[in-house]
Amino acid sequence: MSAPVSTVAVVGAGPAGTRAAEVLVRAGLRPVVLDEAPDNGGRIFQRPPPGFTRPYEALYGSVAPQARALHAAFDGLRGRVDYRPSTLAWHLRPGTLHTLSDGQAGQVDFAQAILCTGAMDRVVPLPGWTRPGVTTLGGAQIALKTQGCAIGRRVAFLGTGPLLWLVAMQYAKAGATVAAVLDTTPLATKARQAPALLAGGRAFLTGLRMMAWPRLHGVKVVEGATPLEITGTDGVDGLRYRGGGREHVLACDAVAMGWGLKPETQLADLAGVPFDFDLVQRLHLPRRNDAGRTPVVGIYLAGDGARIGGAELAELQGARAAWSVVEDRGLPLDLPEIARLDRAIAAQAGFRRALDLAFPYPHALAAEMPDATTLCRCEAVTAGELRAAAAPHDLNRAKALTRLGMGRCQGRVCGPPGAEVLAAALGCEVSEVGRLRGQWPVKPVPLSMAAE
Amino acid sequence: MTLVRLAETARARVAFTLDGAPAEALEGDTLLTAILANGTHVRTSEFGDGARAGFCWMGACQDCGVWVVGLGRQRACATPVRAGMEVVRL
Ligand SMILES: Cc1cc2nc3c(=O)[nH]c(=O)nc-3n(C[C@H](O)[C@H](O)[C@H](O)COP(=O)(O)OP(=O)(O)OC[C@H]3O[C@@H](n4cnc5c(N)ncnc54)[C@H](O)[C@@H]3O)c2cc1C
Ligand code: FES
Repeated sequence: MSAPVSTVAVVGAGPAGTRAAEVLVRAGLRPVVLDEAPDNGGRIFQRPPPGFTRPYEALYGSVAPQARALHAAFDGLRGRVDYRPSTLAWHLRPGTLHTLSDGQAGQVDFAQAILCTGAMDRVVPLPGWTRPGVTTLGGAQIALKTQGCAIGRRVAFLGTGPLLWLVAMQYAKAGATVAAVLDTTPLATKARQAPALLAGGRAFLTGLRMMAWPRLHGVKVVEGATPLEITGTDGVDGLRYRGGGREHVLACDAVAMGWGLKPETQLADLAGVPFDFDLVQRLHLPRRNDAGRTPVVGIYLAGDGARIGGAELAELQGARAAWSVVEDRGLPLDLPEIARLDRAIAAQAGFRRALDLAFPYPHALAAEMPDATTLCRCEAVTAGELRAAAAPHDLNRAKALTRLGMGRCQGRVCGPPGAEVLAAALGCEVSEVGRLRGQWPVKPVPLSMAAE
Repeated sequence: MTLVRLAETARARVAFTLDGAPAEALEGDTLLTAILANGTHVRTSEFGDGARAGFCWMGACQDCGVWVVGLGRQRACATPVRAGMEVVRL
């Protein structure tokens, strides 16, 4: 008989995964830490490839100290964790993660897994958004941070949320030309949350500074804008939008767009974690408690992969979930440290909620997109095709009928706006149409591997 | 799409081929950067709705698929360019 599996697996080496691994090592464990990326740091603190020379301050701006601290923490773990970079976890079955690394299939058997899978941009499709020259806000930031490139000569920033203002500022500071910042959220919506946002302290001040920056530097800013179309022939030559009751055309050769983030929940889904509809984020989110435990024994969640909360919260949750693992294995606990984490996590709740309300996902804009708009960019399914097939009260049935969300990205991009289009066509709440269920492989792998 | 190199331009040059033609990138470029430094698109939608050039840059949207001889279909944004790579746009 083989010995029972006792491994702890951590998926994701961003802020949440790093702090989780740190606690596990402190408790005397040697976790397997895997990340699809070639290096640690996750999204916010992603490290550029070897040979890049810009200093932390240029790469990470006001959060350079946090980036340095997180990287140092991870570097301190090397040798004490079984770190597997460039390793994708593409399937999760009870007790086993299936992996792909350098074209090779592998598997990690685990007793406990902490899923710290992070997030991606949440978008609203609009006519022209598939053109070369249009990227997500996160994509535009990655181009700059890890490749030293701007996505165009004259870049328009469109969407809402902190990342909109942050990436626009980072572009301008790096020497790119910012055509404009178009925020779909009216100023009044944000102002209403100001009292609650004050609780964020330093984060609130950083946010205010970020939002003042373009104005102070002569960059055009429109709040409460309604995007209509990204125009161009081969690429992008403009962005048509409505603002202040009039229609305008902004000349630009690239558009970075995003409306907040959405968690990468596919592995949690495969693990059988139940999902609940979150009224504020308007998304189905995996169920877990403040200690990171899910209803599925052995599965723990932390960071933006469970619910968007930002890097600081991700670090706290990663550590907290790891302590739950330590407790569930019957190992000694550092109770004062756990109490500190619980307090720090609870203290962020008000600020995060206000942030969600200050930069809401513009669901009406998604629901009302013109029929001809490509909704699913993988399978080129239009909003009109989904509306025409809107008989079933369920996104998964609509998927079978239209191929929406059936393509290579598995509905990561079109899922949330698709749900809004379907709900509006049916005249029901978006919570009622369900969500596209996660399927393996969570990202495409060679056919031979999936067949095994 | 015109990618603009703003920083980190002192890296070593890497020669590869794009659709059979010689092309040049910098060491540390992903294929997405390498291709867009030499052209304006990365792939053509199989549904006839035009050219694409990736979207998320983080390996999630899958809209940057290219063919690399010897490696097969790869996401350009998640694959580092290497000297001598033969890259074919699909
Ligand atoms: C593109 C992008 C840019 C962002 N930039 C900022 C910013 O500048 N400032 C800010 O405050 N916030 C930013 N955010 C928000 C960000 O989500 C949080 O700040 C923070 O990075 C969350 O930490 P995390 O550990 O939860 O997840 P992440 O940092 O996202 O780390 C998750 C890690 O898990 C890995 N992973 C996911 N799924 C798998 C899998 N199946 N197999 C293997 N590995 C996997 C990923 O490769 C990634 O490295 C950004 C988000 C995105 C998507
Ligand atoms: S650009 Fe989205 S996967 Fe490569």
